[in-house]
Amino acid sequence: MAKNQPVGGQAPVVQRIRLRYAKRGPLRFTSHRDFARAFERALRRAAVPIAFSQGFTPHPKISYASAAPTGVGSEAEYLEIGLQAEVDPQQLRVALDAALSPGLDVLDAVVAREGSLADRIDASRWLIELPEVEPAVAAEAVRAFLAAEEVLVERMTKQGRRSFDARNAVAFFAVTEQSGAPSGAGAARCAIIDLVVRQVTPAVRPDDVLSGLHVVAGLEPPVPPRVTRLAQGSLTPQGEIVDPLDADREDAPIGGR
Amino acid sequence: MSIASVFPQLEQLLPRVSKPIQYVGGELGAVVKDWDATTVRWALMYPDAYEVGLPNQGVQILYEVLNEQPDVLAERTYAVWPDLEALMKERGVPQFTVDAHRPVKAFDVLGISFATELGYTNMLSALDLAGIPLDAADRGDDDPIVLAGGHASFNPEPIADFIDAAVLGDGEEAVLEITGIIREWKAEGCPGGREELLLRLARTESIYVPRFYDVDYLPDGRIQRVVPNRPDVPFRVAKRTTMDLDAWPYPKKPLVPLAETVHERYAVEIFRGCTRGCRFCQAGMITRPVRERSITTVGQMVKEGLEFSGFSEVGLLSLSSADHSEIGDMCSGLAQQYADTNVSLSLPSTRVDAFNIDLAQELSRNGRRTGLTFAPEGGSERIRKVINKMVTKEDLIRTVVTAYSNGWRQVKLYFMCGLPTETDEDVLEIAHMAHEVIRAGRAAAGTKDIRCTVSIGGFVPKPHTPFQWAAMERPEVIDNRLRLLKQEINSDRSLGRAIGYRYHDGEPSLIEGLLSRGDRRVGKVIRRVWDKGGRFDGWSEHFSYTRWVEACAEVLPGFGVDLDWYTTRERDQLEVLPWDHLDSGLDKDWLWQDWQDSLGEYEQDDCRWTPCFDCGVCPAMDTEIQIGPTGKKLLPLTPVNSLRVPV
Repeated sequence: MAKNQPVGGQAPVVQRIRLRYAKRGPLRFTSHRDFARAFERALRRAAVPIAFSQGFTPHPKISYASAAPTGVGSEAEYLEIGLQAEVDPQQLRVALDAALSPGLDVLDAVVAREGSLADRIDASRWLIELPEVEPAVAAEAVRAFLAAEEVLVERMTKQGRRSFDARNAVAFFAVTEQSGAPSGAGAARCAIIDLVVRQVTPAVRPDDVLSGLHVVAGLEPPVPPRVTRLAQGSLTPQGEIVDPLDADREDAPIGGR
Repeated sequence: MSIASVFPQLEQLLPRVSKPIQYVGGELGAVVKDWDATTVRWALMYPDAYEVGLPNQGVQILYEVLNEQPDVLAERTYAVWPDLEALMKERGVPQFTVDAHRPVKAFDVLGISFATELGYTNMLSALDLAGIPLDAADRGDDDPIVLAGGHASFNPEPIADFIDAAVLGDGEEAVLEITGIIREWKAEGCPGGREELLLRLARTESIYVPRFYDVDYLPDGRIQRVVPNRPDVPFRVAKRTTMDLDAWPYPKKPLVPLAETVHERYAVEIFRGCTRGCRFCQAGMITRPVRERSITTVGQMVKEGLEFSGFSEVGLLSLSSADHSEIGDMCSGLAQQYADTNVSLSLPSTRVDAFNIDLAQELSRNGRRTGLTFAPEGGSERIRKVINKMVTKEDLIRTVVTAYSNGWRQVKLYFMCGLPTETDEDVLEIAHMAHEVIRAGRAAAGTKDIRCTVSIGGFVPKPHTPFQWAAMERPEVIDNRLRLLKQEINSDRSLGRAIGYRYHDGEPSLIEGLLSRGDRRVGKVIRRVWDKGGRFDGWSEHFSYTRWVEACAEVLPGFGVDLDWYTTRERDQLEVLPWDHLDSGLDKDWLWQDWQDSLGEYEQDDCRWTPCFDCGVCPAMDTEIQIGPTGKKLLPLTPVNSLRVPV
């Protein structure tokens, strides 16, 4: 990689660190681009010895796993950075967390061992709160959705309006026992949904699944739903999602996945 | 009584609007205080979209100065886009601050910073959403004091109906003095209510309270006089000047937004004021005298500002940055300090001389080259004498050629159209100058691959300048000149291809002209335009010339005047101008003489290097020029070798 490095070029990567971070509360309205800018500033605030790409406009070595949509909260966003000097991952986590606005919280940091983050992520678990929706009504809609072979939904994309199936990507979908009072103030009733969606192309997002509930059962939440990504990782046959950082931890067997 | 956040209601609306992040706050540098632990509470507004308003230096400085006071709370509010405005009205969500999402109506003061008059309609939207009566006369003791500041407040007469008070000039000390007056008045149990508070403010002789002044008009529509309507307020209200910028090193903790904004950089003012004397430039006239910030304070501010913010760009701002007495040492010192980092330094360079290129070379040593901009402002030698922009064509060509031969491939030239005494020929000279720039640049650079962009702004005569008496040119004449200029640029195909051409139509400038030199009667026009949906007048996609013209036609004949009367009419020496009772320190006789000198094409020197020419500011305001050199240098920074945990 560093073979043709020009004189006075950028220092090479000596350590790669993978981070898990959260987008919480009002800061869930941070778009991916907004986060990327804030993160680059946080690297400078925390004096992180980030490595840069070569060339006339060097970019910091940061790569992101699939980011949650703007307006969706997340407890499980991932990225990887390349460093030009080794640091202690726990100190890095603390420094970066302090350097970011409260609500953009760095939760975990590990030194990357092998493979790529993307290879360890094939599904996400989402929590969907539907204030002012009766849990029984939501449960009925979910049943209708699961009973369908295919649920065609539409979404505006940069290429225009697209129609695609939202059903096939859904691995798990249920109204939870905790349904009742919502986390926000105001409404009395609130349906809470647990949803696991596989990564497919074109991507199926939680709002597409909610559109699907409208298609199959006419469900239309009176107030905007509140969505949070709880986990990202590989989906086990038992329906659990494995944290993609687990394989990088000290006690994990190398290549033992 | 604590004030609840409106965020739970707002949150319901955010998924339905564009760029919701601009409404949620959470910036680095933002301060949220306990409402009940403070006694004086300010809402600071920049009356434009968040992306424009957040980087505003004035608001950031006052926000920090106020929040450093333990018993003072300052939060920020910006204009909401029409999509959110409609939803807020539908759901009854009031104008809110982005810091703690408190309703603006609950604050003691709503301070609005008007960098331009085009924010007036946005002020009305904000007042309306806040539930604050639009007319100051209708406000009660529960409403905030609506206070205007910023350059436009040097003639706040068009918004006199809507504001309670205005401050002219530097705000750092003014906000603290106003805070003190409010603190004391509250401690006494708010005696005399709102009227008494406004009176106490007016008695400072540097806070203008429009309701305490009456305007009488002559039968022909001109102003007869502006006089106080009570004995205990001053005839003239003076501007503020903050001396010793080293004692006010703000912003220390700049606001770092999550949303994308127009400037993503740490900006430090390296000096305030300018005595170059460009006759069109209101900023240069009203911010006198020149007060430099020392090289060492600038160095300290840059270091701490970058560490705090994580920005990778630094802007060294002022009205003419290359004029700082230690600019050479400052640029080379900073370039040295940040040589091995990815920090880029920029100097808004408007002075046309080769020294600027040396500075730009210095600053671009470690990183990317930003474009070079020069502002000859006028196309012909003659018009440059009229506006007092002392630069010859030879200077300009030599400067630009130096830039091209030093590796720059792109140079931007800034001009104005519609200047007093301007003819078609003056404007066509711009094309000839651009042609020559390309011809000489190609020869010097040894390549055809160079470009120059010609950018034309519309001239707007401003209060407190020698051109305050000047007639504006009609928009159709401006538009025709711009068309002729385009043809002339493209008359030589090969040269024309290398020249970019950007301009603004004449119509928005005419309305800006109405608002900048308007009197209290223009307030009725602003109100009518806003009633008919006028918002975001600084944005071409929202601005409607027709709406303004129609509102003028409906409102102004009742006063015996019209749009032309305010804009394309030249004033004579004895006319009472709407802002004559507002004292910028400039002697009106001196301004008139400078206007006459302009028409005679006489130039005026800079008092930093030649003897005082009696513009009047220093004696009137008891101020003096503060310039270096200090002889100090910037020392190398100690490299950081460990992680830093920001607090």
